[in-house]
Amino acid sequence: MSLGGYVVRRLAHLVPIVLGVTILVFFLIHLVPGDPARTILGNQATDARVALLHHEWGLDRPLPVQYEKFMGRLVHGDLGSSLFYGMGAGRLVVDRLPVTLWLIGFGTLLSVLIAVPLAALAATQRDRLPDHLVRAVPLVGLGFPPFWVGIVLLLVFGLHLGRLFPVGGYGNGFTGHLHSMFLPSLTVAFGIAPILIRSLRASLLEVLESDYVTTARSKGLPERRVLVHHALRNGIVSTVSVLGVNVGFLVGGTLVIEQVFAVPGIGQLMINSIFQRDFPVVQAVTLVFSVMVVLVYLLTDVAHALLDPRVRFE
Amino acid sequence: MSTPLLRVTDLQVEFPLAHGVLRAVDGASFDVQEGEALGIVGESGSGKTMALRAIVGLLPRAARIAGGTVEIDGVDVTRGGGAKLRELRGRTVSMVFQEPMTALNPVMRVGDQIAEAPLVRLGAGRRGARDRALELMRLVGIADPSRRYEAYPHELSGGMRQRVVIAIALSADPKLILCDEPTTALDVTIQDQILKLLAALQADLGVSIVFVSHDLAVIAQTCQRIAVMYAGQVVETGTVAEVFREPRHPYTLALLRSVPDFDLVRNHLSSIPGSPPDLASPPQGCRFHPRCSFVRPDCTQAPIPLIALGSRETRCLHHEDCAAAARAEPVVTGV
Repeated sequence: MSLGGYVVRRLAHLVPIVLGVTILVFFLIHLVPGDPARTILGNQATDARVALLHHEWGLDRPLPVQYEKFMGRLVHGDLGSSLFYGMGAGRLVVDRLPVTLWLIGFGTLLSVLIAVPLAALAATQRDRLPDHLVRAVPLVGLGFPPFWVGIVLLLVFGLHLGRLFPVGGYGNGFTGHLHSMFLPSLTVAFGIAPILIRSLRASLLEVLESDYVTTARSKGLPERRVLVHHALRNGIVSTVSVLGVNVGFLVGGTLVIEQVFAVPGIGQLMINSIFQRDFPVVQAVTLVFSVMVVLVYLLTDVAHALLDPRVRFE
Repeated sequence: MSTPLLRVTDLQVEFPLAHGVLRAVDGASFDVQEGEALGIVGESGSGKTMALRAIVGLLPRAARIAGGTVEIDGVDVTRGGGAKLRELRGRTVSMVFQEPMTALNPVMRVGDQIAEAPLVRLGAGRRGARDRALELMRLVGIADPSRRYEAYPHELSGGMRQRVVIAIALSADPKLILCDEPTTALDVTIQDQILKLLAALQADLGVSIVFVSHDLAVIAQTCQRIAVMYAGQVVETGTVAEVFREPRHPYTLALLRSVPDFDLVRNHLSSIPGSPPDLASPPQGCRFHPRCSFVRPDCTQAPIPLIALGSRETRCLHHEDCAAAARAEPVVTGV
């Protein structure tokens, strides 16, 4: 099967997944105590006024009817209107989506930039000091929760070391984004890199003992070329899957990191909307998150197939 | 005789164990002249593969050379670190491996794998390296090289892959190719093709070959001289004709008698009683004495050195008995 056909077929899998997600989200959020009308009108509001607002939003109708209306709008690409922002939930999400994509993309890139050299160092210096350090230090780092790591990074690089990086926001233009998103992305990377390092080191050790690396050495190639062209190129194949799974998890993890760094992405939007019981926005964000996770896994499989010619698109 | 291309003298390769060491190779000595093919024969665990790998410094991580010398073109390569050896690899000495299934990088096009040494070692440039790879593929009998150049190893058959491995071994124009059981993993018909190819390359290119195998027939077909290894030691060397006609070590004789013989010179197929010794604690004196039918009291006293017999060598004190037994009941015809 060709790459294009494979991608189309995998994208078709999105439909049942998204359907399942909508059902879960729609009903679960209505189980959460709290009332958006009361949030807006305040505690002094009369029952009549609350009921009026409920009627206006359609919240007084039975849940299955509400779901039906919700789905009816969804197939037309309408995610409903925010109860608070006075604009479409879809619009709100689309406006903030680039911020979150920046965070995930930049964070993933940094994690790879950290993990690959360290794993290569550890594997080539097996059982020596650099190897022990590379194995031990990130493991300790993995024990710290991301929000704590984020706060420490903020204190050190945003405050004490002469405000090298902004303590929040998204910045303007490409370099502005790069500058502003560095610390949040680094926090993301610190969360993933230890797992990547372990995985890549293990597969590199295996590959370095393999027959084809011996073949490469028998050509008299410099050890550096053996490492990059033969060992890493093979070792990275299995690590791509590990990276994919972790980026999938990370999509949810951006909630916390966006909050810590006051980054206006959809994670932050999600948290605010949950507090306000802004049902349509919560639904929209959840939907986008689930689509993103599915796409990350799809990208992982495509990358895996492109890196390993033995993998077939099936 | 001129300086041999390869001279291995009393080579020792060790694996550290929890208690003590295991001497996988303990006294391997042999020469290879320019243009010559030497066969190293021995059963599994006799140290032949380790001896071969030690020559080019491609031992497994845990192993190390504990003694002896390996001289290539008169220069001892066991001293002077890895850089000197790396320089020799490919250009002077290259290797063909046992398992063509695993010896090739699975994610790299086979053509690029052949072109790599010309590109990096010979500085041939992209275009030149590619042309060289195509020429080598033709030389080792790969049909339609420009299409096969783009193939990945998993798309080729075992025999084709071994031809690719041989092309890689030839790619930087070496003087000596070390072959580690290159046909063991292949079908018999393919085996024959690969052996003929190696013999033709030796004849046409004048390249020297060291051929490690457990299969005497394979050695007889490809080599002029033979070194027999037992329990980490070379126990007999000589020309293939001499050694096959009149073995002067009981192990060689027993090995020859255990090969099925279709010319019906012999009526029965014999096996060697017992099993090879534990290399962590080899027997005193001659290492073969517990299994030897010619054993005498002096065989168990002191280690036996290699005894020179003209152009041949043996590690047996009573090689005359062995030769007499071989004359009484010949083991092979037509060699």
